[in-house]
Amino acid sequence: MSGILNSSIGRKFAMALSALFLMIFILQHFAINILSVFSPDTFNDVSHFMGTFWVIQYLLQPVLIFGVIFHFVMGFVLEIKNNKARAVSYTKNNPSGNSTWMSRNMIWSGGFILVFLIIHFIDFWIPEINTKYIAGDMSGLINPEIADSGYRYHEELVHKFEPIWRVALYCIGFIFLALHLLHGFNSSFQSIGANNKYTKGLKGFAKVYSIGVPLGFIFIALFHHFNH
Amino acid sequence: MMNLTLKIWRQKNASDKGKMMDYALSDVSPDMSFLEMLDVLNQELIEKGEEPVAFDHDCREGICGTCSLYINGRAHGPETKITACQLHMRSFNDGDTIYIEPWRAKAFPVVKDLIVDRSAFDRIQQAGGFISVNTSGNTQDANAIPIEKEHADKAFDAATCIGCGACVASCKNSSAMLFVGAKVSQFALLPQGQVEATDRVLNMVKQMDEEGFGNCTNTGACEVECPKGISLENIARMNQEYLKASLKG
Repeated sequence: MSGILNSSIGRKFAMALSALFLMIFILQHFAINILSVFSPDTFNDVSHFMGTFWVIQYLLQPVLIFGVIFHFVMGFVLEIKNNKARAVSYTKNNPSGNSTWMSRNMIWSGGFILVFLIIHFIDFWIPEINTKYIAGDMSGLINPEIADSGYRYHEELVHKFEPIWRVALYCIGFIFLALHLLHGFNSSFQSIGANNKYTKGLKGFAKVYSIGVPLGFIFIALFHHFNH
Repeated sequence: MMNLTLKIWRQKNASDKGKMMDYALSDVSPDMSFLEMLDVLNQELIEKGEEPVAFDHDCREGICGTCSLYINGRAHGPETKITACQLHMRSFNDGDTIYIEPWRAKAFPVVKDLIVDRSAFDRIQQAGGFISVNTSGNTQDANAIPIEKEHADKAFDAATCIGCGACVASCKNSSAMLFVGAKVSQFALLPQGQVEATDRVLNMVKQMDEEGFGNCTNTGACEVECPKGISLENIARMNQEYLKASLKG
């Protein structure tokens, strides 16, 4: 068991596990966000629960942050190592004849997702941490001094999607996420050794997930921009 | 008959920097194999007093895996499931420019021109690509050992790997996982391979990493370019075997 992370397969396995964890997170994030379209009150209740329940805040949130950082750092480390494995490039190469653009450019789609995530953190996560843990307001209310002022989460979300530049940025970010997932979803299962009779069905589900979930996030951004 | 422009990698020896050089070749028959076309070129070069192009070849019938040419940006050329010796000039057109390069990988250093040193594959095989059988006269008949048909077929498919290195050459990461996956799988699927299964996969992967091959990112290029159609399923099986062995070890 020792040194497994120093081996090429061990690193692959770790990369795949972090990817599977992040894909589950993205799905639950989408499931909550889509509530903002159909039921603002439910969205507010769920957001407040997610933002204040200690298991999520103090246990799952650090795991998520570690997972995100690990996935990105390992991705860049592997890219550097892989580039070293071919010291001289081909004069003429035709990779499109044997592989997809998405599979060959995970570092680029991942890089753009990283830029998007940094902006997303500055936009949502840091103000949220500031409100709850620096200003000390755990009430989740629009006006903490008025008990029936209602939760602030839906209002904040709608407000964030007013500027068109932010909506455009989110659309671009999620297009890159779709491109990343179109290869990454199946790749993560292959890396953990799951290539069997279920692979064909899994590939179909991967396409639905990889296009459907990012498209759903884009829909949410556009919906709030044009409806409020 | 075709007239071609050939752009060929020329490199005097392992320490030479090397460069692409242009050669015009006329009256090429579409019925020639690609290697016969290179033979004709070399004959012309010899007659002109120039150094012929060094390239690997042996059986010339797609069995030995020796021919290792990267032709117009693809391992073994534009067709699939064939080696360079099985490629014919009818796959090209009159007036074409054809790029011919050696496999490119840090673990496959160029020896001369289009010849690369693939002994890294031999060392991986030596690290565990075998079974220990008592050959003192009381060896059990392999046919007496029942093997599930599906496993026997998959083991045979894996064993058809000829170790040509097209997987490494095609992979953007110069990964050797299709080769090692096939070699691990052919034993992992059979009862004879179980005794040394743990050490085999650990040692072969360790050797693969030490040779400087890159990490597999599952692009699938290796599977497409493999002349024997070795499936990515073999890499997944190797990953499973490796994880099982790591937990045991």
